[in-house]
Amino acid sequence: MEDNMTKTFVAGDFKNEQTARWCPGCGDHAILNVLHKAMAEIGVAPKDTAVISGIGCSSRLPYYMNTYGMHTIHGRAAAIATGLKTSRPDLTVWQISGDGDGLAIGGNHFIHALRRNIDINILLFNNKIYGLTKGQYSPTSDRGFVSKSSPYGTTEDPFIPAELVFGARGKFFARGFDITLDITREIMVAAARHKGAAVVEVLQNCVIFNHGIHTWLSDKEVRAERTITLRQGEKMLFGKDNNRGLVRDGFALKAVTVGEDGYTIDDVLVHDAHTADDILHRQLALMDGHDLPLALGVIRDVDAPTYDHDVEAQVEEVKAKKGFSNLRDMIVKTAETWTV
Amino acid sequence: MLQSTNVQTLEKVVIRFAGDSGDGMQLAGNIFSNVSAGEGNLISTFPDYPAEIRAPQGSLSGVSGYQVSVGRNVHTPGDSADVLVAMNPAALKTNLKYLKPDGIIICDGDSFTPANLKKALYQTEDPITELCINPDRIMLVPMTTLLKHTLEGSGMDIKAIMKCKNMLALGLLCWLLDRPVDKVLAKLKAKFAKKPAVYEANEKVIHAGWDYGHNTHASMPTYRIETEATVPGTYTDVNGNTATAWGLIMASEKSHRPLFLGSYPITPATDILHELAKRKDLGVKACQMEDEIAGVCSAIGASYGGNLAVTTTSGPGLALKSEGIGLAVMAELPLVIIDVQRGGPSTGLPTKTEQTDLMQALYGRNGESPLCVVAAASPTDCFTMAFEAARIAIEHMTPVILLTDAFIANGSSAFRIPEEEDFPEIKPNFVTKEQLENGWKPFDRDAETFARYWAVPGTEGAMHRVGGLEKDFKTSVISTDGPNHEHMVNVRREKIARIADNIPELKLQGDENADTVLVGWGGTYGHILTAANELNAEGTPVAVAHFRYINPLPKNALAELGKFKRVIVAELNTGMFADYLQQHMPGKEILRINKIEGQPFLVKEIVDGVKKHIAEA
Repeated sequence: MEDNMTKTFVAGDFKNEQTARWCPGCGDHAILNVLHKAMAEIGVAPKDTAVISGIGCSSRLPYYMNTYGMHTIHGRAAAIATGLKTSRPDLTVWQISGDGDGLAIGGNHFIHALRRNIDINILLFNNKIYGLTKGQYSPTSDRGFVSKSSPYGTTEDPFIPAELVFGARGKFFARGFDITLDITREIMVAAARHKGAAVVEVLQNCVIFNHGIHTWLSDKEVRAERTITLRQGEKMLFGKDNNRGLVRDGFALKAVTVGEDGYTIDDVLVHDAHTADDILHRQLALMDGHDLPLALGVIRDVDAPTYDHDVEAQVEEVKAKKGFSNLRDMIVKTAETWTV
Repeated sequence: MLQSTNVQTLEKVVIRFAGDSGDGMQLAGNIFSNVSAGEGNLISTFPDYPAEIRAPQGSLSGVSGYQVSVGRNVHTPGDSADVLVAMNPAALKTNLKYLKPDGIIICDGDSFTPANLKKALYQTEDPITELCINPDRIMLVPMTTLLKHTLEGSGMDIKAIMKCKNMLALGLLCWLLDRPVDKVLAKLKAKFAKKPAVYEANEKVIHAGWDYGHNTHASMPTYRIETEATVPGTYTDVNGNTATAWGLIMASEKSHRPLFLGSYPITPATDILHELAKRKDLGVKACQMEDEIAGVCSAIGASYGGNLAVTTTSGPGLALKSEGIGLAVMAELPLVIIDVQRGGPSTGLPTKTEQTDLMQALYGRNGESPLCVVAAASPTDCFTMAFEAARIAIEHMTPVILLTDAFIANGSSAFRIPEEEDFPEIKPNFVTKEQLENGWKPFDRDAETFARYWAVPGTEGAMHRVGGLEKDFKTSVISTDGPNHEHMVNVRREKIARIADNIPELKLQGDENADTVLVGWGGTYGHILTAANELNAEGTPVAVAHFRYINPLPKNALAELGKFKRVIVAELNTGMFADYLQQHMPGKEILRINKIEGQPFLVKEIVDGVKKHIAEA
């Protein structure tokens, strides 16, 4: 451990010699590079880092890491990461999942990892499509979405990942794009420093099966108007001229222009990701880019007891209290025995 | 025998306790069997629960039973009882069929009220005649009256007084079966150490029960039960599920690997989770996960992290875990999966016993997915085989399925608490520093065992990725090459086959020179051995071959079985192990004795089955 404290890392320390086999132009390439950089900034050694994925395009990621890693089975990465982190709280554990892997087949493990508040960092790559199986709608595809498995449009509503996170009592939620590299790196670092289950939703482009699904939000020309980057302690401002702001409007939020309609800078809300109450965090996370800008950055970051820490602490407490030296000692002291 | 006033000597005696779940029958039975064990008897017990958690008091569906056999050559709880203790008319009605024709009944006479008779669906007001019971063989003890009389002036209310009914019956049994009352009282005193008033009341009641037998039924025979010399040591009474949990802890101590359990509640396996959850006091991390799949997956994560990783379940849960187990096969990680078998398919008979998951354990995964399968033969053997499952998993880098069943999981017998040196060190196949300095790859293998090396996160220079995709044999990088895949399939199969070099050989029992070998596996051992002993005693020579290592089979197994003219497999399914053996012994006709009633074999069923096969040949 002492070594890690003093040693600094560069992105290349987390990268291995394998060539990433995603499609040219896939957003995953950029996210991988950002993750290498974020890990260098976090400063935990490759030998103390493990990256666990499920199945899907994004789940190939561990193969391109020079860390410990497992490419597992569809939907189960959260459960496997939970076992690894609970048994080895000394490791920094990342989970890589797509929207299908994490929210459809793996939905149960996803919500329970959040409820337990196991200290893992979940990178949720959301491209609203099944890519590896070649283009079926996913649990985040919008109602009416046309795909190979919904040729006439879907007849079901999607999950909004943030809403699921809050519903499962998640304590950390952040959002970025595969093309907003600085923000995405920042939120990965914040997720790693947060103690507890942290969800980082990365809106990612599938260049083959769902090309441009996020461009109406992420394109350079519109991004400033349709998104807002939230920063701790700062006014919730956005727009090309940074003069648009979020204000309270009864129980709802409203986007206004500072200096117009009687709104001043003092009316604009200040972001606090650390308040335990999640009502404003929910409202911010559910803004979708239509009437209100899509929120990027760390939306919620609240401390709470973590599962892995408390399991370890309970083991140590009970061990000390009972003081058994081994199995035989325990049996002899607690069971009814006789000697022949 | 009722006419005799002499003390008779019995090789073994079977007592069945039956009553409402609130009657404390299990506690009475437990004290009885433990005191007997302390006297040098072998013991074997089995509880028979209703499926309902709390059925109406006095109803037929609410009766729970607890059977115990004590004496010499005790390997099963007994086919039928010598003594039935029935606390109400419903218990008498439902349990009479388990009593030997000349058995004795001890019954609470005060419980034969019109209301109770009605609840138990009797047609008349005379249950003894209605059930055709010989009145000479039933002791109708006015238990309620006796209790009230004994505890008069104790200040206890009627509810508390009635709770002592089980101890009245126990006192009576002490007289009937020559059990030392002082030893019984010592156990009770320990149990109620914090409630001296309760102890004092129960002490009076036990004496009252003994005195009642002695004074009122002086004409009844009393018995002396034979003892058997056992291995010296400190003993306790343990059921199979607890023994399984303890065996895993022993393996953790011997491998110096922390024990991690990922599990989900399922009957009849949940008691293993309960025990390991308590054993946080020994450093165990037992996690109740959100489902069966998370149970196995969290264990796989812990295994990758360098733990002795375990998941526990029953048949339906094993089905859910299949894909995860396949991952452990492919990633070649040590993993122990414990399946406490119950009646299936689907929800089936959740509280009843069966051996019907053998095929699922051997083959129930996609692809060529061989793994090691072992089975425990008795409640105490669960300890040994849980240890073995862990040892094989860790030393051979493979998932191992341990099959137990509801019968041995809930049944108990006397367990000699192992000494430090009774079990060997388990040697994990860790990657070495030298290997890491010389270009180690994650799927490099030990030349002898074909096991890959375990590189635990945190180790400098051993960062590596594993997963469900096929790997190249030489480079350990993912590969879709056809010939490489076939080679890897064969390598993984050979790795499992070579476990045979690291397990004990099959040892025949019974008459090894017989023409016939009686074959079994897993939890039927006690019944099969008892049946063989009876057959040999009455002049029908048979050998016994009982299997605890199923895949791979012990090296000498097929040669040993091949020596016999007749191979008869007795199992609680339609012939799964027989089919498995038949594959390995194509030229041999494998004869079968099968039962699928959710109940263990009766010894008699096996004896009759063997005789029938011999007669037909």
